[in-house]
Amino acid sequence: MLDDFLVRAALAGLGVALASAPLGVFVVWRRMSYFGEATAHAAVLGVALALGFSLPMMPAILVTALVMARTVSALSGRGHAMDTLLGVAAHTALAAGLVAVALLPEVRLDPMGYLFGDILAVTRTDLATIWAGAALVLALVCWRWQALLTATLSPDLAYASGLDPRREDLVLTLALAVVVAVAIKVVGVLLIGAMLVIPAAAARPLVRTPEAMAIGAGLVGALAAIGGLGGAFVLDTPAGPTIVCTSAVIFALTLALGQVLSRRPD
Amino acid sequence: MTQLIEARDLALSLDGREVLRDVSLSIQPGEIVTIVGPNGSGKSSLLRALIGAIRPSRGTLTRKPGLKIGYVPQKLAIDPTLPITVERFLSLPRPVPREVARAALDRAGAEGLAGRQMTRLSGGQFQRVLLARALLVDPDILMLDEATQGLDQPGAAAFYRRIEDIRRTMGCAIVMVSHDLHVVMAASDRVLCVNGHICCEGAPELVASRPEYQALFGTGTQGALALYRHEHSHSHDHSHDHGHDHAHASQDDQTGPRP
Repeated sequence: MLDDFLVRAALAGLGVALASAPLGVFVVWRRMSYFGEATAHAAVLGVALALGFSLPMMPAILVTALVMARTVSALSGRGHAMDTLLGVAAHTALAAGLVAVALLPEVRLDPMGYLFGDILAVTRTDLATIWAGAALVLALVCWRWQALLTATLSPDLAYASGLDPRREDLVLTLALAVVVAVAIKVVGVLLIGAMLVIPAAAARPLVRTPEAMAIGAGLVGALAAIGGLGGAFVLDTPAGPTIVCTSAVIFALTLALGQVLSRRPD
Repeated sequence: MTQLIEARDLALSLDGREVLRDVSLSIQPGEIVTIVGPNGSGKSSLLRALIGAIRPSRGTLTRKPGLKIGYVPQKLAIDPTLPITVERFLSLPRPVPREVARAALDRAGAEGLAGRQMTRLSGGQFQRVLLARALLVDPDILMLDEATQGLDQPGAAAFYRRIEDIRRTMGCAIVMVSHDLHVVMAASDRVLCVNGHICCEGAPELVASRPEYQALFGTGTQGALALYRHEHSHSHDHSHDHGHDHAHASQDDQTGPRP
């Protein structure tokens, strides 16, 4: 069954949808979407490092994403305007990564595969990595769920309950780096942010609890992955962008549905 | 140790700027302590240090082992993208049974709100839900930061009567930060007047008559203090005490939806 590239692509898409959903809701609630972008863009730098120093690709991406995420959160505590800082970091990481890849003498690499993903070329090894990453992110977020939610609502409430919100920030950062590493093959660095934010935002109008929103985001993500793949096959369009477009269509639909529902009394 | 929290020669810094120094205080079981001070005096920082959110830059802070803290923050901006019902909110970070959550809501005067979305509550309702959550841990000490901000004076008075009531029935110590001088001081056993350091402390009447206090707040609060005392005894002497309280509750409902 896994011999079929479309089946592998579908499973890869589902894995990414599953990994992004529980993290995506926090990205939305904490207004971290730019933070997600910066971390994702740093992955290109990771690719360049892996190729330049003959390192294994996945750990290199993971480590660069992690370093970027930690650097940005450390700097944000020092009074810089967060928005500007993230803008600088996100675009610099992307540009520096592309320059570094171009400077490598022996490598003739088409960066498009990393920028927009190459879901139809997913191998069995990729698939194993994606699902292992998804399982890791799910386990991490489920384990810390109550604490993460408390810290998201108010760091002071977390402190008063004996939790350390900085530890929860670290959990999110770690999960984000893993999602970036597993999603790069499927949607590419430029659209990872979309996979985080759009399914979560699409689930929002239809739910009343945080848990429902996370599950809803997973369902929307899965639907977008399968629908997008189908669409790409039929229309002969690039798969990653088509998946993102599909999730955007679902977002527009739930937004309209939410408008209708909200006219009913609470 | 008999005291719940003890601070010795505490100093607090925010972003490298010292906001509070030479603070020594202790909180005894069951007492109501109010921290007053002008804006930027470091009073909220002091409370946040007591809950463990700010690490002291100098001095020592000792909490009784196993101390249970109920904290009611000054404001809590829940992002509109975060759907959460009152009931779900009460189960953070530890899940509580439904009956326990309802009982806490009743005690905090937030009955009937369990199924509502947090972001759709009025200011007064929101504050009482925060209070309910703080009561859930069966606190040894309840800490309130500007809990009546956005409430009108009768609403604030009703809120403080509720706090006194909670102290009486649950026996917890209460530490409040406020610049709501008129009502808050009369409800306290002890007042700490803070402005970068502790200017003066003691019984409310004593503090109100101190020159350090009057330099910060003027002498005008004495009359308001008496006014509160009058209202206060009035509501208890009156046979329609219950209805009276509800009148207050509905009044602080009118503060409108939160932004």
